[in-house]
Amino acid sequence: MTGFIIRRLLLGLVTLWITSLIIFAATQALPGDAARSILGRSATPESLAALRQQLGLDKSVFTQYWEWISGVLTGDMGASLVNSLPVTEVLSDRLVYSLFLMLLAAAISVPLGIYLGAASARRRDSAFDQTTSVATLGLAALPEFVVGITLVVVFATNVFTWLPGVAVTEPGVGPWHYPKQLILPVAVLVIAVVPYTARIMRASTVEILESDFVEMARLKGLPEQRVLWRHAVPNALAPTFQVTALNLAYLAGGIVVVEAVFNYPGVGLLLVDSVRSRDMPVVQAIALLIAALYVVLNLLADVATILVSPRLRTSLE
Amino acid sequence: MSTQAPSLEVVDLRVEVDYGAREDIVDEITLHVAAGDVLGLVGESGSGKTTVGLAVLGHTRRGARIVRGEVRIEGRDILPLPPLERQRLRGRLVSYVPQDPASALNPALRINTQLEETLAAHGFGTSTERRARIVEMLEEVLLPTDDIFLKRYPHQLSGGQQQRVALAMAFANRPRVIVLDEPTTGLDVTTQAHVLETVRDLCSAHGVAAVYVSHDLSVVATLARQVAVMYGGRIVELGPTHALFTHAAHPYTRRLVEAIPEISGKHALIGIPGTAPRPGHRPVGCFFAPRCSFAQAECHVSFPPVENVAAGHDVRCFMHATVLAESIAARPAARPRAELGIEDALVAVRNVQASHGARQVLFDIDLVVRPSECVALVGESGSGKTTLARCIGGLHGGFEGEIFFRGQPLPCGSGARDADTRRNIQYVFQSPYNSLNPRKTIGQIIAQPLGVFFSASGADARRRAVEALERVQLSPTVLERYPQQLSGGERQRAAIARALVAQPQLLVCDEVTSALDVSVQAAIIDVLAELQRELHIGLLFVTHNLALIRTISQEVAVMSEGRIVERGLVDDVLESPQADYTKKLLSDTPSLEAAIAASS
Repeated sequence: MTGFIIRRLLLGLVTLWITSLIIFAATQALPGDAARSILGRSATPESLAALRQQLGLDKSVFTQYWEWISGVLTGDMGASLVNSLPVTEVLSDRLVYSLFLMLLAAAISVPLGIYLGAASARRRDSAFDQTTSVATLGLAALPEFVVGITLVVVFATNVFTWLPGVAVTEPGVGPWHYPKQLILPVAVLVIAVVPYTARIMRASTVEILESDFVEMARLKGLPEQRVLWRHAVPNALAPTFQVTALNLAYLAGGIVVVEAVFNYPGVGLLLVDSVRSRDMPVVQAIALLIAALYVVLNLLADVATILVSPRLRTSLE
Repeated sequence: MSTQAPSLEVVDLRVEVDYGAREDIVDEITLHVAAGDVLGLVGESGSGKTTVGLAVLGHTRRGARIVRGEVRIEGRDILPLPPLERQRLRGRLVSYVPQDPASALNPALRINTQLEETLAAHGFGTSTERRARIVEMLEEVLLPTDDIFLKRYPHQLSGGQQQRVALAMAFANRPRVIVLDEPTTGLDVTTQAHVLETVRDLCSAHGVAAVYVSHDLSVVATLARQVAVMYGGRIVELGPTHALFTHAAHPYTRRLVEAIPEISGKHALIGIPGTAPRPGHRPVGCFFAPRCSFAQAECHVSFPPVENVAAGHDVRCFMHATVLAESIAARPAARPRAELGIEDALVAVRNVQASHGARQVLFDIDLVVRPSECVALVGESGSGKTTLARCIGGLHGGFEGEIFFRGQPLPCGSGARDADTRRNIQYVFQSPYNSLNPRKTIGQIIAQPLGVFFSASGADARRRAVEALERVQLSPTVLERYPQQLSGGERQRAAIARALVAQPQLLVCDEVTSALDVSVQAAIIDVLAELQRELHIGLLFVTHNLALIRTISQEVAVMSEGRIVERGLVDDVLESPQADYTKKLLSDTPSLEAAIAASS
């Protein structure tokens, strides 16, 4: 098991290295450069050249990549072009906000999706199943910003005014100090993830409920609740974990939209601002961070799959 | 013991499909089993025997519904009970042993958990008492009782051990009635013999009434006191085992008996033409009439009533008097097998070794197949017989040693062989359900080798395809059909036709009948024997069924643990086996003849 995790982590590093190449190439390909966007249209060629030299933009592409990547490896992601603060410092506060939002969303949506899926499969073709099916399909079809704005309209502004529509925070204060402000952003993320988890969980539970060992469990006279939760669900989890991991990773992108809608001071909002101001070191750092999140979540899903599948688990021992 | 009040009584049971038209799956099922007795419920696939078995537990699969009848266990009808109470009876008063324990044991739960919950769900004692009962049960089914074993997951057990765990589970709460649904289907003969013995011992020791569902009449004959034969969802004949197999009053029972291969090989194997009717496609009158040589006009008008022909022997056939008058001993004798080949070897295997990864599975194999000769390769699963067949067929990655085809050494993989060699060695796979591409018609499937080997197309290809189909007794109309529109037997014939159009000299048949009903198996064997006689094709016939080989092969090689332990003429090997392993295989193979002889 440990060997497996180490192997997968090494593979993850390779993935991240390839991603770093793509990120770097993409930022190079963008029109205009940082010096021009910092100084604006009225900048003189002399000042532009001076700034380029200061930022190292006049060096060769390879040197620039090498300086960036070696900085990343030593924990120095460079300085923000906008306020000259180290990128790590700019990121750290924001990261806490975003991770907290995501963890909260995951902690609610994963069990909720699994429960809804399993319960629908159990009551297959019932009114409950059909309602859940239509609702999850409909919600899955809605982009996050539509869900976000609808929630703001309904719960924060036009209809009810129960909840704050935008986050108002102070630097250095953790997001958990503003529970009310978290409700709507978390709700949007939960709505984004639950439909997929619930649908895949329903599909795999339906399949498992038709299996011989579930019929055997019933013929042994086990109560239906035990048949479902002890016999069927553990076997249905493996495919669900895979889909959920991809979805949570997708949340890392979804969070950009959600944070923009609610003005929530996380990594996503920072990314939007940094792209607008061509703050390349920050953009690159965030892109790499999101890639790392994908790698980690997929690894976690694989480990979880192995943990719920004795056949895989015992073959690794 | 049969004088006791029956532990299980099924009265006029009817199960219907739960959608659309009100078609019955089974109907008018009435049977009784006394405590300690075993009733064999036999029939081919689709006859409804599993439906009846499950209904005894008050259970139906999705899409089916019990609509009429009684299932009385020790006098109490369990069908009117509310679902929750019925659920509490299952596993306690009446329990179930599944067909395939590999899929019926939960892969995510330890053996101990699965045994313990069977007891706990029915409120059995404290955890210490449950532990004691589990140990007791495992001892009864001859399994280890230590912690290491109990902590295993199902996939860490052999097939025989898994089935024993399922047996332990079924007997755990000391039920009064037990339903065994083909519990030995996937097992080797030796393992099967042990499991059957355990079943018999447990049933008589605990006075359990057992319903043994099976398509294998030889197994049923060794185990059951009574047999009910099902056809098209009805019990067409029910009687004492011995009477049923020696004085069958229903033509279908007779045909089934004739289709069973025997080690003695005295009789010809005769298949039953046509297929069993599915629910919704059953004819008017007697369901068997379209396939019956005794059928008269009245058989096509109404279904025959139950008539008693002897004590405890009931039959549903208008012609039972005529059937009974014709002695069952008048079975046609086996046709002479093709002469032993005297020509040069078609295939000669010399000192072949082969491995799966790091594990060597074949050791020092020597084997010869001559033209128009059939060599049977028998052995239990894991003996290496399929690997050897695949080496010859060019499907096994690599082997050491030499395989000669007509004197020329064969390269390992089929890709390295020339087109002519590939054409001359054709392979027929075990399961016709997986070996035919579901997206192509039979015509397209058969045309493929024709295009590759003969560049034949159009009218010429069609003529050759029709010829091959006629050889395997299929009508040319199947050319336009897809594999899933054919029955299992028809699919296997189509697979053989696909091999035949290549005009091979050697046909490698890998367990080609093990997925088929006995009546279909008999017909396939007949086809293969004819190919051998008329086209002089050499056959390598891989099988685990010793009873089959005398009907078709001249020579036999017995494999065990990757080695050929005995090789010789079929008659010699079967009549005076030399290797201990062959003797054991022979004694473990259930035989209808032996069972009948023992019971009379």
